[in-house]
Amino acid sequence: MASRAATLVVRPAPRASRGLWRDALSRLRRNGPAIVGLVLIAIFVIGAVFAPVIAPYDPSVGVLTNSMQGPSLAHLMGTDLLGRDEFSRVLYGARISLTVGVVAVICGLAVGMVVGAVAGGAGGIVDTILMRFTDVMLAVPGILLAIAIVAWLGHGEVQIIVAVGVSYAPIFARLLRGSLLALRESDFVLAARSAGASTPRILLHHMMPNALTPMIVQATLALATAIIDVAGLGFLGLGPGDPRVAEWGEMLTDSARFLQNAPYLIIFPGAAITISAIGFNLLGDGLRESLDPRLKR
Amino acid sequence: MTDTLLRVRHLRTYFWTLDGIVKAVDGVNMDIGTGRTLGVVGESGCGKSITALSIMRLIERPGKIVEGSVDLDRTDLLKLSESEMREIRGNAISMIFQEPMTSLNPVFTTGNQIAEAIRLHADIGAREAEDRAVEMLRKVGIPDPERRARQYPHEMSGGMRQRVMIAMALSTYPQLLIADEPTTALDVTIQAQILELMKELREERRMSIMLITHDLGVIAEMADDVVVMYSGKVVETGDVFTIFERPHHPYTQGLLGSLPRIGQRRGRLRVIEGVVPNPLNLPKGCLFARRCPCVMPICEQTPPPFQEVHPGQVSRCWLTPAGTTPAVGMTAPADVAEAEAARMTITADSGRQSATAAQMGEVGR
Ligand SMILES: Nc1ncnc2c1ncn2[C@@H]1O[C@H](COP(=O)(O)OP(=O)(O)O)[C@@H](O)[C@H]1O
Ligand code: SF4
Ligand SMILES: [Mg+2]
Repeated sequence: MASRAATLVVRPAPRASRGLWRDALSRLRRNGPAIVGLVLIAIFVIGAVFAPVIAPYDPSVGVLTNSMQGPSLAHLMGTDLLGRDEFSRVLYGARISLTVGVVAVICGLAVGMVVGAVAGGAGGIVDTILMRFTDVMLAVPGILLAIAIVAWLGHGEVQIIVAVGVSYAPIFARLLRGSLLALRESDFVLAARSAGASTPRILLHHMMPNALTPMIVQATLALATAIIDVAGLGFLGLGPGDPRVAEWGEMLTDSARFLQNAPYLIIFPGAAITISAIGFNLLGDGLRESLDPRLKR
Repeated sequence: MTDTLLRVRHLRTYFWTLDGIVKAVDGVNMDIGTGRTLGVVGESGCGKSITALSIMRLIERPGKIVEGSVDLDRTDLLKLSESEMREIRGNAISMIFQEPMTSLNPVFTTGNQIAEAIRLHADIGAREAEDRAVEMLRKVGIPDPERRARQYPHEMSGGMRQRVMIAMALSTYPQLLIADEPTTALDVTIQAQILELMKELREERRMSIMLITHDLGVIAEMADDVVVMYSGKVVETGDVFTIFERPHHPYTQGLLGSLPRIGQRRGRLRVIEGVVPNPLNLPKGCLFARRCPCVMPICEQTPPPFQEVHPGQVSRCWLTPAGTTPAVGMTAPADVAEAEAARMTITADSGRQSATAAQMGEVGR
C-alpha cells in the first residue's frame, strides 16, 4: 500500500522516455491500423510456417475425379482443374510469397544501403557516378527489370529473389543517400562536429539512427509490393517454374480461363495477395508514425 | 588591457560557387581578451557565421580557409592536424547556434547528448557522464533536471533547448564560447533570460565569449569589445563604450540609428537604405559607398585604409578621425593618383609597408 501511494506521488506529468526503440514500440502498440496490419501479417506467417500441419491435403497431389469443385466443407476453397485442394495450395503459396518477398527485400535493402551510404558519405564524383547508375535503373519499371533478369537467369526461386531484390536496391540507395545528404547539412550534425565528434562517429552515431527510420518504413512498404511483384512474375509465367509448387501468381494464371465457371479459383489466391500486401502497407504506415519521436501522442 | 586569448589575423575564407568566388571572410582580424566578451555585429550575410566556423575549422566544400592564422594561446589552430583540432572543438572552444529547435539530435535524449559531449573529451564512464549532464542541466537553470535529462528535444520549448545547448557547450569548461546569434530565434523574455544566464556563467567561469548578433541591444547588454563587419571585412572595432558613444564609420552610425530606443516598439526598425553589395561583384572602392550618406568621390575609386581614429578605435573609412571630409576627398572624382598618394601617406605615417590588414594587426590588440 505504501509503495502504491509513493508511486502516485512521484509520477511525472509528461512521461519520461526510455529509449528510442522502446518508445516507438509503445507508440506502435497504440496505433490501430498498424495492429490490424500486424494481425493480417501474423495470420499469413502462421499459415506459411504451419502449412504442413494446417493444410488438409497435399498441395501438389490432386484427385482428378475431384476436379473443379466449388467451396465445400471438405474443400474450403474448392479444388482446381487437377483436383488439388485450393486451401492447401493457398497456404503453401504463402510460404513462397513471404520467403521470396522478405529475402528479396532484405537483399535489395543490403545492396541499396551500401550504395546509398557510400554515395551519401563520399559525395563528389563517387556520388555522381553511383546516382547516375541508380537513375538509369529507376528509369526502367521494376517489374520489367525483374522480368528481364528472370528471362536471363532462368526459372527458380533464387532467380526471383535476385530479380526482385535488384529492382528494389536503387530505391533504397536513393532514399538513404537523400537522407544522409539532408542530415549532413543539418544543424545538429554541425553542432556535433563543433563538439569534437569525429566523422565516423557522426556518420554512425548521429546520422544513421536518423536515416534508418525511413529505411525501415520503406522496407516494410516494399514487402507489400514485393509480394505483388512475385505474384506478377508467377502470373506472367516466370514463377518458380515447377508446376507442383503452389505459387499465388501461377495459380491465378492457371485459373484465368475458368473465370466464368470457377471464380473462386481466382478470388482466393487474389485475396491472399491483396490482403497480405495490405497488411504490410498498414504496418509500414504505422511504423512511419511510431518511429518519429516528434509525432508522439 | 588584459591578455589576448584568441587572435585572428588576415583570415580569408572563400567559397567556390558556380557563379564565381564568394569572399565570405576577406582579411578579418580580431582579438578576444581572456574573460572578455567580443560582440560581432553586422547585417545578415556579412560573414559573421563563416568567421566563427573558420575559427572552429568547420568550413566544408565548396568553402576553404585560404589564408590567415587563428592563435589560441599562441597555438595556430589553422596549423593543427584534424585530430588535434577535434580536441579543441567542444573542449577549449565550444559553440552554440541560432536554432535551438534543430541543433539537438531528435533521436537522443538531452541527457544522452550532454553526456556524449562530456565523454568526447573526458575519459569517464557513461554513468558518471550522465550524472554530470544532470548537474549541468541544473546549473543552467532547468527545473527537475533528472527528468528533463530523460526527455527528447522535441518535448522541450525553444528556450529550454537553448539552455540544454549551453549546458552541453559548457560541460567541458571551455576557455572560449562562440555563440552565433544564440537568442535570435527566441522571443524577447526568453532572450533576456538566456543572456542573463550567459552573463552569470561568464562571471563564474571567467570565460571569454565571442557573441555574434545583428542586434546592437544585445551587444550593449553583453559585450566589452565590438567588431563591426560589413561584406566580409571588419569596418570598425573598439570597446563597447567608444563604439556606442562616438562611432566613426558611417555604417556603424547607421546600425546605431536602427537601434530601438527604450520605449520604442521593437520590430519596425529604421534600417540603413539599400542592400549589401553582391559578393560576386564587389565595388572597387569602399564596399559601403553605395549606401553611405557621406560618400565622397575617392570612396568609389579606392578602398579606404584601416586607420586608428582614437586610441583603441579603428575604422575602415576615408573620413578624418574627427569624422570630417578629408582634403583629398574633395578633389576631382577620378583623381585616383592623389587618392592613392593619400593612402600611402597614411600607410607611411604608421610606419607600415602595407596598409589595412597589417595595420589592424597592431592597433586592434
Ligand atoms: N556554402 C556556401 N556556399 C556559398 N556561399 C556561402 C556558403 N556559406 C556562406 N556563404 C556566403 O558567405 C557569406 C557570409 O555568410 P554568413 O557568415 O553566414 O553571414 P552572417 O553574417 O549572416 O552569419 C554570405 O554572403 C553567403 O552567401
Ligand atoms: S570610405 Fe567613404 S563611402 Fe566608405 S564609409 Fe567612409 S565615407 Fe562612406
Ligand atoms: Mg549567421
